[in-house]
Formats: sequence, structure tokens, C-alpha cells
Amino acid sequence: MSVSALATITGDDLLQTGFSGVAVGCKYALIALGFSIVFKATGVINFAQASLVLLGGYLAYHFTQSWGLNFYLSVLLAMAVGALVGVVVEALVLRRLVGEQPATVIMATIGILFVLDNVTTSIWGPTNRNLGDPWGVSTREVLGVTVADRDLWTIAFTAVAVAGFFLFFRYSLLGLAMRAAAFDPEAAMAQGIPARRVGRVAWAIAGLMGALAGATLAAGASQLSPATGSLALIAFPAIILGGLDSPLGAVVGGVIIGLVQQFTALTAPEYFDWVGESFERVSPYLVMIVLLLIRPYGLFGTKEVRRI
Amino acid sequence: MAAITQTLTHAFRRTGPARGLPLAYVDDIKLIRSPRQMPWRWAFVVAAASAYLWLPTYLGDPGLRVLAMCGIFAIGAIGLNMLTGYTGQISLGHAFFVGAGAYTAAYFGGQRGWPMPVYLGMAVLVGFLVGGIIGPFALRLRGHYLVVVTLGLVFLGEHLWNNWDSVTGGGNGTSLGSAPMSLGPLDFKQGLEFGGEAYTFDQSFFWLVWAFVVLGALVAKNIVRSRAGRAMQAIRDRDLSAEVLGVNLARYKVGAFAWSSAYAALAGALYALLQQYVSPLEFGLFLAITYVAIVIIGGLGTIFGSVLGALFVWGGRSLIEQNSGRAVFDPLITTSSGEQGLFTIGEFNAVLFGAAIVLFLLFEPRGIAAFWYRVKTWFLTWPFSY
Repeated sequence: MSVSALATITGDDLLQTGFSGVAVGCKYALIALGFSIVFKATGVINFAQASLVLLGGYLAYHFTQSWGLNFYLSVLLAMAVGALVGVVVEALVLRRLVGEQPATVIMATIGILFVLDNVTTSIWGPTNRNLGDPWGVSTREVLGVTVADRDLWTIAFTAVAVAGFFLFFRYSLLGLAMRAAAFDPEAAMAQGIPARRVGRVAWAIAGLMGALAGATLAAGASQLSPATGSLALIAFPAIILGGLDSPLGAVVGGVIIGLVQQFTALTAPEYFDWVGESFERVSPYLVMIVLLLIRPYGLFGTKEVRRI
Repeated sequence: MAAITQTLTHAFRRTGPARGLPLAYVDDIKLIRSPRQMPWRWAFVVAAASAYLWLPTYLGDPGLRVLAMCGIFAIGAIGLNMLTGYTGQISLGHAFFVGAGAYTAAYFGGQRGWPMPVYLGMAVLVGFLVGGIIGPFALRLRGHYLVVVTLGLVFLGEHLWNNWDSVTGGGNGTSLGSAPMSLGPLDFKQGLEFGGEAYTFDQSFFWLVWAFVVLGALVAKNIVRSRAGRAMQAIRDRDLSAEVLGVNLARYKVGAFAWSSAYAALAGALYALLQQYVSPLEFGLFLAITYVAIVIIGGLGTIFGSVLGALFVWGGRSLIEQNSGRAVFDPLITTSSGEQGLFTIGEFNAVLFGAAIVLFLLFEPRGIAAFWYRVKTWFLTWPFSY
């Protein structure tokens, strides 16, 4: 296989794969940002984010296809409803668990994941849905690389979201309050930081980001199906790789994971086919595990100070 | 002086009004704790033993199959409880270890045709070793990072089961149809025979599984009530403090992973035997969450609770499945007979799982076992119950 196989991957292929890796990575980054905001504000990894992504995608679908609204308006509306769902979940469950062990809260979010996921799929059923976005499958040529319109939009969305996150945490009072609350909830409360509002806002933003991520994930040829939710779980290596509490890390991690995935898909069948079919679905996890052994808090994560 | 105190204490314990009150730590960790508890403990043991012997002759094969599945889940859950409930390491990767055990049994039993004690032993050993390899991650990673790595294990495992064709049979799965299932003179595949009475496969398998549950529970109880168990609980409560007190973190964290996955592997092997078939689709996230649900609902940090949780979760699920056609469920569940409901049966069960996890965490974080302990304490402290 060697000689002919080597010839099949050209420089153009590499460029093309590099671009699609970045595009996929930006989708993961959008999901990862939703994870990281809740982690940053409450110190808890939020498994339910995957179901917020799924729910948001279906809401956007429902508003465009069933209500016939404009696509961009539908996404905005889905983001609003997603934020509302986030606030309700926080008020019903998470607020009562403030101060509990992280383990307890993590497991509660897993419970919420199961409830929301299955309620969502039971409402919209198991069939694949077409989101009806205006980008569809249209592409354009940039520097000899075929670029899908929806990928450009995803990259733009991600850039805007990251900039927003940066400004929010750096300059707004609430952003500062969130950082303080995540660092030490009790000390923050003693300083008069409204812990409840911090949690509520964090979950609202998580729901909002989830809907945006869901819409971009399902755009075009990808379509919307119950499996979209498990795609969100594949974004885990991205947040871990970047470091849980770093929005910038979420993006860098997302792009790395996207590139790893696309390049595995390109090269695995030719150079190391013994790893089996669709190895690209698990290669991000392998990269994550190896990296964590070297840097246990990811690339940009804050090292935990351990005191007795 | 000390001798006198001791003598007096002993006399007091034997005769005084506080007869049976635990006064020393050794009393507190005894399996059968005090003379006052003796009749109750023994009554419970006798009741459980008679149920064990009598149930297979009373229940039909489908019911026994459900109970056997409960037993299998109980074994796996005891393992997870040692890891999560006692050592405080959250793992979403239990499904991976269960899968490892199932495929080990399928390979050595089904493909190689080795005898049952050997391939069950191999499954436990493989589980123990794989857990021992994963364990060191728990030393390097803490809390959230560890959870995600164990979640990754499930996905990596699914990939492995799907692609390692020579051992796992790939996507088609592998059969245990030719696996021998005899333990000395007892042949479980043909069904046991006692005193001229022949029993079915399901009856025999019920006995086999629940014998393992009792064995596993006793071993686990002995681990957690001894020095190792105290070290594990110290790590759970605050690993840094435990380390400062001289607990060897590496040894106990890795040990907890190894033991827990050995239990998971045994559960997997028994599951493979019950189904007579192993498919790669069964060891996914849903199974992992089911185990988490069982230990939370049963009660974190109690061996007994794992068994209760398994009975409650799997038994409840089976009850709903059997009764899904009834009128009560009509608006909720879509059935094969064309009844349109809100959920399919799988979705309905998953929603119940999720809701049960959340509700127990909110309102009874100590699980079903807490109800039991409350009743027990009430009777033990009678007439001064509160």
C-alpha cells in the first residue's frame, strides 16, 4: 500500500483538512464555552450542557420549520428559551445543592442530562430533521480551499462569543463576581457577592450558548437527530484539553480536537488502519488522556492550590 | 487499674441496662455487632436464606431472570460503591470494566471452551488488572478531570469492542452458546438436579448469581470495615489530610480501582452468561449511568445499599416494562400495540432514572439504605427512640 497510498494525500488535502478541522473545532469550542461558564461560576462540571445543546438545536428547528420564522430570529429565540430553561433548572435543582460536594452536584447534572435529553427526543421523535438554515450546503473557493458557508458562520460566531466572554469576565462587575464565587463561594458571599444571581446568570448563559451551539452543529448537511446530544459529549476533550476554567482554553482545545479528529479521519485508513473504523470518534479522547498525564489541569487551566 | 476497668466494663456489657451497647471500636466494626442485635441479625439471615432457597420454586422463569439481572447489577454496584461511596472517586467508566469482564468470559468460555471456574476467574483477574492500570490516573487527576477521563474510557471501550474482531466479534458480537457452565457436579446450563428434582436454567442461574452476590458483599464488607476501608474513607473525606496522616494514597486509590473493576468484570461475565451473547452496544453511557443511579439511589457508602439499589432500579424498570400496556401508562408510554404516548418505554425509563438521581440527591442523599437504618435505629434504641 505504501507508495500509492502516500501519493493519495496531497498538499491540497492537508489544507482542506486543516480548514475543516478548525471549523469543526469552532463548533466544539461553542459547546465548550457553555461548559466553561458554569464551571467558572460554580466550580462544577455541567453534564447537562449536552442536553441544552440538543434542546437548543430542536428549538431552533421548531421555530423555523413549524412556526415559519426567519432563521436568525429563530436562533435568537431558541437562545432566549434555552436561557430560560437554564434558569429554571438552576432554580429547581442546582440552587438547593450549593455548598454540597462537587461529586454530588456532578451527579445531579447527570440526572438532569438524562431527563432533558429524553424529554427532548420524545417531543421531536427519533427522525433526522433538517434545520432549514439559509447556508445549506453552499460553498465558496478561498485560496484553493473549498469552504462551506456554514463553517464561516460558525467561526464568526465563535470569535464573537469568545470576545464577549473575555470582555464580560474582564470588565463587568458580574463577571468579576463570578470569578470570585468560583474561587471560594463562602468568602465571596461574605464579601456581599450575590451567589444566587451568579448561579442564575451562569446557567442562563449556558442555556444560551447551548442553543447557539446546537443550531450551528445541526446546520446544513449535518441535520438534527438525538445523536447531536452525544456529539456534545465528544466536546469534553476540548474543555479538558484547554483547562476547565478558561474560555480561551475552550477555543484552543476545541480547535486542537477538531484538527486531531479531521486528520485522523484523513490518515488513519491509509497509514494505520489497524486502529479500526471511525477511529476519529475516539482519537480526541486518547489525545486528552495523554495530555492530562503531562499537564493534569489542561493547557490553560488554573492549578488547584491544595490546602488542608 | 486498667484490668479492673476492663473487668467492670465487661460485666456491665454483659448484664447492665446497656447490655449490648458497643463500648469499644472492635464492637463497632463487628459484622454481628452486639448480643442485642443477634436475634434480629440471625432472623434476617434466616429469612434471606429461605427466600434464596424458596424463591426459584415459587417465581416463574421470567421473574427469576429479572432477579438474576438485579443480582448481577448488585455485584457491579458493590464494586462501584467501594470506589465512589467509600473512596470518593467518581467513575463514569464502570460500563467499560463490565464490558471487559463480559468479553473475557466470552473469549475464554465461548471461543476457547475453558471450564467455568477458570474463565470466571480470568474475567475477575482481567478486571482487576485493567482497573489497576486505570487506577494511577486517579493519582494524577482530581475530581472533574478524572470524571471526564473515565467517561472517555467508555467511548474508547466501545471502539475497542467494535473493532477487535478476533476477540470480540466486532459489531456482530460474540456468542457464549458453547461455553461450559458446570461447577464440579453442578451443571448450570442443563439446570441443576437435587433429589431427583430437575430445575431450569433460570432457576439454577438465580442460585448461582445470588451466591456470588452474598460472597461479593461479604468480601466487600470485610474490606471496608478493616484498615483498608478506613484508609479509603479518609481519602474520600479529604485526600490531602489522609495523606498527611500517613495513608498511602497510591496504594488505596489504585487498589480501590482494581477491586471495583474486578467486581464490575464479574458482573459482566455473569451478564454474558445469562444472555449467552455479548454485543458491543450494551456497554455504553447508559449502562455507566445506570450503575451511578444504583449506587446513589441505594445509598453511597453502604454495601447493603448497593443491593437494595440494584433491586429497586432494575426491578422497578422491569415492572414498568411488564406493565407498560396498562391503562395507567397510556398517556405516557407508546406501546407496540399502537398506543400513542408521550415517551417510548426506553425514554420513559431514562427519564425516571434521571429524575430519581436528582430527587434522591436533593431529598435523601444517603439513599434507600438510610430508610432502613432509620427503622433499625428506632428499634435498637427503643424505648428511647426519637
